[in-house]
Amino acid sequence: MKKRWYDYLWIVELTYMALGFFNILFAWLGMVFFCVPLIISLVWGTKGYCNRYCGRGQLFGLLGGRFGLSRKKDIPKWMKSKWFRYGFLIFFFIMFFQMLWNTYLVFAGVQNLRQAVTLLWTFKLPWHWAYHGTFFSPGVAQFAFGFYSVMLTSTTLGMMTMVLFKPRSWCVYCPMGTMTQLICKAKSGGR
Amino acid sequence: METKTRVKRRAFVRTDDCVACGCCARVCPLSAVQVWRGVYAKVDPERCVGCGKCAKECPASVIEIQEVQG
Repeated sequence: MKKRWYDYLWIVELTYMALGFFNILFAWLGMVFFCVPLIISLVWGTKGYCNRYCGRGQLFGLLGGRFGLSRKKDIPKWMKSKWFRYGFLIFFFIMFFQMLWNTYLVFAGVQNLRQAVTLLWTFKLPWHWAYHGTFFSPGVAQFAFGFYSVMLTSTTLGMMTMVLFKPRSWCVYCPMGTMTQLICKAKSGGR
Repeated sequence: METKTRVKRRAFVRTDDCVACGCCARVCPLSAVQVWRGVYAKVDPERCVGCGKCAKECPASVIEIQEVQG
């Protein structure tokens, strides 16, 4: 099948994750990965981002498919159930707002900047080497650390399910995919 | 006279469980699968030959290849 420009967006995803190791402020670029799918679903009522432009999904497809890093087994039933998908979306939302709250506290001067990336909402990884100061408030950097934590956590989870199940298993419970599908459902009149 | 019935294969999507990721549409060599309004994948019965590529790719395993009377 003929390759199109958007079939190479996995390079963008890989570059984004790599940049976070050098300067955490690059994490802000990840806002694009959050805003574009929402805009596409809200304006056009499609999951065009998931269907074509998701670099993360492409990366999993490549690593699990061509590179053979996936067992290619069926995902467990509970993992594709609506309960789990919506539950994970709510959980992700709560953790995201908690991250925003921590950012606010740093902006307000109540809390000091924490130069760490939190993996899987639990493990605090020292990440000070990727922080070289900022012209703005330390809150800007705190958001970057928090946002990169979200991205690294979801990539790690995606990698784990890629290995265990089918390459793009992450797409089944991806909170952004669930949310955009809900938007599309609402826009199409409940289906 | 004996009438021969041709058995065809075709992909069927369990739309209730479909996450509309579009993995199926990406791999379909005949463009027989499309994601309908971001809600679920839809198979064009005229185009689908039941090759099974979509079923193999589907991360939620909601596509089945079934035999249909042609």
